Amino acid sequence: MLSIDRSIVDAIVAHARRDHPDEACGVVAGPAGSDTPTRHIPMDNAARSMTFYEFDSIEQLRVWREMDDRDEEPVVIYHSHTATEAYPSRTDISFAGEPGAHYLLVSTREPDTEEIRSFRIVDGVVTEEPVRILDAGVDPHAVQSYMFGQSPATVDYECSGR
Amino acid sequence: MAIEVRIPTILRSYTGGAKVVEGTGDTLGDLLADLDSRHAGLRGRLVTEAGALHRFVNVYVNDEDVRFLGALDAKLSDGDSVTILPAVAGGAFGFAAAAAIAQHGAATAIASHAGRRAAGVAR
Repeated sequence: MLSIDRSIVDAIVAHARRDHPDEACGVVAGPAGSDTPTRHIPMDNAARSMTFYEFDSIEQLRVWREMDDRDEEPVVIYHSHTATEAYPSRTDISFAGEPGAHYLLVSTREPDTEEIRSFRIVDGVVTEEPVRILDAGVDPHAVQSYMFGQSPATVDYECSGR
Repeated sequence: MAIEVRIPTILRSYTGGAKVVEGTGDTLGDLLADLDSRHAGLRGRLVTEAGALHRFVNVYVNDEDVRFLGALDAKLSDGDSVTILPAVAGGAFGFAAAAAIAQHGAATAIASHAGRRAAGVAR
């Protein structure tokens, strides 16, 4: 599951809307090993395309070094699809090179509603995961989930005999 | 002559988990061959069967992308630092991506050619 502050999600969506109809991309860094995204870093889409995104390699080096210096890692790598659903394309899968990252996709095809989905992509295998959006300003336990039903999370259908 | 090489998470299975390894070589191609002698399989993740730098990785010598330094022909000196990162790219459609890759490949070829010329190698 990806747990992420609403303020960060809002900033990502704003970035995706701003760059629409081109694809937008970026990173949310967090302390190494924490699995907690804390620092939003919008990146340039060097491809400036409606159907492709690519980090500028020199900007990426700078940002990755900065994360290293701060003992951070890329917890979330995000990009937008501007005319299709928020699901990884074959291109997304072949490029996915950070096995520890949550790959967050935002679709901006609908002007009024956001579609936000998160995936793990490891060795070419895509696994969707729930996104838990935390409203820090209101109540740290207040939760709004997208995709994946959150009905009894602890029910174990397969292994009830153990 | 030692060159420090920073290894990304996804390739650390080849280096026993090490984040930084050392190697030697006058060019990036030589360095990768040297590394592969101790970290078998690493080179194959960076270089295609056709002998070009793989599209899915970025390799830097100090602060420069090697695609602008002659790719595998990039010259190395003692004390240089080489950084390998996964290229971060993707997008909605395969065909557009393929076009972008083809374009990038052409740019890489030009950069490589320019690099060879700068190094005084005959065409």
